[in-house]
Amino acid sequence: MAAITLTIDDKQVSAEDSQSVLSIAQEQGIAIPTLCHLEGVYDVGACRLCLVEVAGVNKLLPACTTKATEGMVVRTDTERLRKYRKITLELLFAERNHVCAICVANGHCELQTMAYNQGMDHVRYDYCFPKWDMDLTHERFGMDHNRCILCARCVRACWHIEGAGTKNVAGRGARSHIITDMFQPWGEAESCTSCGKCVMACPTGALFERGSTTGEMQRDRTTLEFIVTAREKKQWIA
Amino acid sequence: MDRLRVATIWFGGCSGCHMSFLDLDEFLIDLAAKIEIVFSPVVDTKEYPAAVDVCLIEGALCNEENVEWLKIIRERTRVLVAFGDCAVTGNVPTMRNALGLNNDVNVLDRAYRECADNNQGIPNEAGIVPTLLKRVIPLHEVVHVDLFLPGCPPPAGRIKSLLVQVLEGQSPVLEGANIKFG
Repeated sequence: MAAITLTIDDKQVSAEDSQSVLSIAQEQGIAIPTLCHLEGVYDVGACRLCLVEVAGVNKLLPACTTKATEGMVVRTDTERLRKYRKITLELLFAERNHVCAICVANGHCELQTMAYNQGMDHVRYDYCFPKWDMDLTHERFGMDHNRCILCARCVRACWHIEGAGTKNVAGRGARSHIITDMFQPWGEAESCTSCGKCVMACPTGALFERGSTTGEMQRDRTTLEFIVTAREKKQWIA
Repeated sequence: MDRLRVATIWFGGCSGCHMSFLDLDEFLIDLAAKIEIVFSPVVDTKEYPAAVDVCLIEGALCNEENVEWLKIIRERTRVLVAFGDCAVTGNVPTMRNALGLNNDVNVLDRAYRECADNNQGIPNEAGIVPTLLKRVIPLHEVVHVDLFLPGCPPPAGRIKSLLVQVLEGQSPVLEGANIKFG
């Protein structure tokens, strides 16, 4: 692996040439907002929150899936980026039925926190109000599609941390949604090990432990880190 | 200096935001010296007055009467504040929107026919019972809203922060957790 030098927000930094812009920024203590990124699983660039400006490239690029190159000049916090991040968040809120006041994750939600950190005090677009159901067939966990932002963290945690491959994305466009096994009710999905890693990975209240009520659904990410550390460092430590 | 002419009203809300306003406690006494409540559910004025400085509007737009009032308020008010999540996002009242195109009929059927033990029938009196909108919407889908004060309800400290800035003649800025939904 070769070492490269690049510039992030006027700061000269060195990194390995296989690293993503996001991981380099994080090492340097430069905060780039993310929603679909989850430590321990590969990045997919689904949420578009981590968009950055790269000199010489007209379009904005997601920091999580953009590999750093020698001499790259990156800006992570400009007026244009702030504008687009806000638009992205507003569209996420408009797409499904997010009602923070009655959500299990109220106060512990990454979408909610991201919205106020990015200065979103209202949504300028018409809300879609789609009809989505809940899956309450699993004995321990529930899924509320109304609160899903399709970040696919649950899918990646299920496939690549637990290795069960129960969760998938089905459909296209606005009708994309998370399914279990071959689009069976979660409770009948035979590949599910009921490990709960998807629930711990979810940034919103879309996946939750049954029986939790407004504001009660808090995540314990150490249940994911444990396996990831074991795999990457061969150490069985929590 | 003349006291600021302040109005408050609630549309499709639970009155929780108004309760949170009352949670301002002793600050209400300071406020009384600086503002005059010219229209509100807590005073007995029937008609919305002219030349109002600030109006706090709680609740989403659920029926035709809400929309008519909102238009009158916009004409006669300098600073219009969407007061709480229902006014800002639609919040809980919008949950009927996801029930489909006939949700305005279906929710009334459910409440007044299916679940009624006595006197089954949908209340209907032209000019008295307002017609429900096809879908519940936040204020800014109909009129220009000057300030957004999210929260379900907005905590008293958040309301105070906004009012203090308005009273000092600033254009209010709420940031960070002060614009948290829910």
